[in-house]
Amino acid sequence: MATTSPPAQAPDVRVVPDEQDRSSSHLYVSMGPQHPSTHGVLRLKARIDGERIVDVDPDIGYLHRCFEKHSEQLTYPQIVPYTDRCDYLAAINNELTFALAVEKLLGLEVPPRAQYLRVITMELQRIASHLIAFGTFAMDLGATTAFLYCWRERESIINLLEEISGARMLFHYVRIGGVRNDVTDDWLRRVRAFVDDFISDKLPQYHRLITGNRLFVRRTKGIAVLTPEDAIAWGASGPVLRGSGVARDLRKVEPYCGIEKYDFNVPVGENGDVFDRYMVRMLEMEESAKIIKQALEGIEAGDVMAPLPRRWKVEGETYVRTEGPKGEVGCYLVGDGSDKPYRLHWRAPSFVHLQLIPVISKGLLIADLVAVIGSLDPVFGEVDR
Amino acid sequence: MGVNPVVHSGDPEINAAGHPGVLTTSLRKVLNWSRKASLWYMTFGIACCAIEMMATGASRYDFDRFGMIFRASPRQSDLMIVSGTVNEKLAERIVNLYDQMAEPRYVIAMGACATNGGPYHGLYNVVNGVHEIIPVDVYVPGCPPRPEALLHGVLQLHEKILNEGLPVRA
Repeated sequence: MATTSPPAQAPDVRVVPDEQDRSSSHLYVSMGPQHPSTHGVLRLKARIDGERIVDVDPDIGYLHRCFEKHSEQLTYPQIVPYTDRCDYLAAINNELTFALAVEKLLGLEVPPRAQYLRVITMELQRIASHLIAFGTFAMDLGATTAFLYCWRERESIINLLEEISGARMLFHYVRIGGVRNDVTDDWLRRVRAFVDDFISDKLPQYHRLITGNRLFVRRTKGIAVLTPEDAIAWGASGPVLRGSGVARDLRKVEPYCGIEKYDFNVPVGENGDVFDRYMVRMLEMEESAKIIKQALEGIEAGDVMAPLPRRWKVEGETYVRTEGPKGEVGCYLVGDGSDKPYRLHWRAPSFVHLQLIPVISKGLLIADLVAVIGSLDPVFGEVDR
Repeated sequence: MGVNPVVHSGDPEINAAGHPGVLTTSLRKVLNWSRKASLWYMTFGIACCAIEMMATGASRYDFDRFGMIFRASPRQSDLMIVSGTVNEKLAERIVNLYDQMAEPRYVIAMGACATNGGPYHGLYNVVNGVHEIIPVDVYVPGCPPRPEALLHGVLQLHEKILNEGLPVRA
């Protein structure tokens, strides 16, 4: 709908100073970096008038771990585990983005079975990431029960992924040229069982528990509305963009891993408020489950790794983007013919979404700030990198 | 209970069935026992390890079994679990938070990053281990450590607390 409209003028956001201006009646509040609801080490410098937010300015950099510069000292296969640690809630999607970029420069052809496994694991990871987004968001609004419920399902996903990769969180499963391990038929059956159970039993539980809850709806409906024009102008992507009603999913626009063969919908919101962003995530989990089911039916036997060159000569530059759980994960890679990248830039959706906080939270109550952060679902590993 | 009771053998009435009983122990043991059994930790997730810390607190591993409840304020917590990479910008804040905690206070360095920088060892901006800025009681290795490993680290800290002496008045 709004995809064709020109980007709106970027609103003017004044940076909140560190020093207090004693001449005005506004109060400066520093929220974080140690705060249970900032989803990591985010600090918000807010200027408030009574209970209302006048201005808010995110302060980042508390988790800067030199990812991009460090990558220039590492060989390509060595970088893969570091990409896990960018968005640590969606390790598979990050590995995939980097692997796709290197494969594109190398001209590697990935075997079909590996393509299917990539689709299965990345959608499982999307469900796991959305579960955390849902659980922590609900907990921030005061519903601790939902948090405990969603961890139950996340542990099931982790069990499945741990079995094939050996790690609980930072899987290092998708490698350049394919995936690390082949899976057994029994594993595929258990993925199927999990997905069926998740869709028929667990997801309706969440909806009964949270979605229809009056307190929850009152705290999320109509809060922090992001218009489609603003969403596009500020570079939003993923559930944040789709929550504003823009049906743009990179799995549809720029398919990868053969995802164009699958039949799934792109859920969009109507109002662009906190509730819509939450609801888009909940509906996306269903779509992910659909994709997994189709992949499980279509999976074929074969190799899971393409033959790799003995000497790595990666040359040229490329930008590869995939649809991560948080939004567009992009990898800009420049190779100079050696086995190490000349430059690696990581496009992190959370980083882009953080700049929306000043845009959408003006005039809100200070308690709503927590709901705003939860609905944007930032992860600070990838914000600061 | 980690207290060794001293039974009054000379008083048969105390040892009789149905008597509420009297327990003699040292103040040190009672204090240490109660401290280790209600170790409240601060919610301060830094990086990837914080997710495993949350997993340890959530439904499957359940920190509550050890009397551990997360507190949002450093002033109410006894334990700081440093769960992630500490960089120069954050180091100042961690020292600040540590200073705000009431004594006796304990620190668990969770994961490779907090232990010695881990995969980010030696990079610009990264503090090579949280022991460079605050004292650490227990190190838990792993990247990230499994919840079982963190639980084991907590049990090690329990052992340490049980064997502590009374604070000496200056």
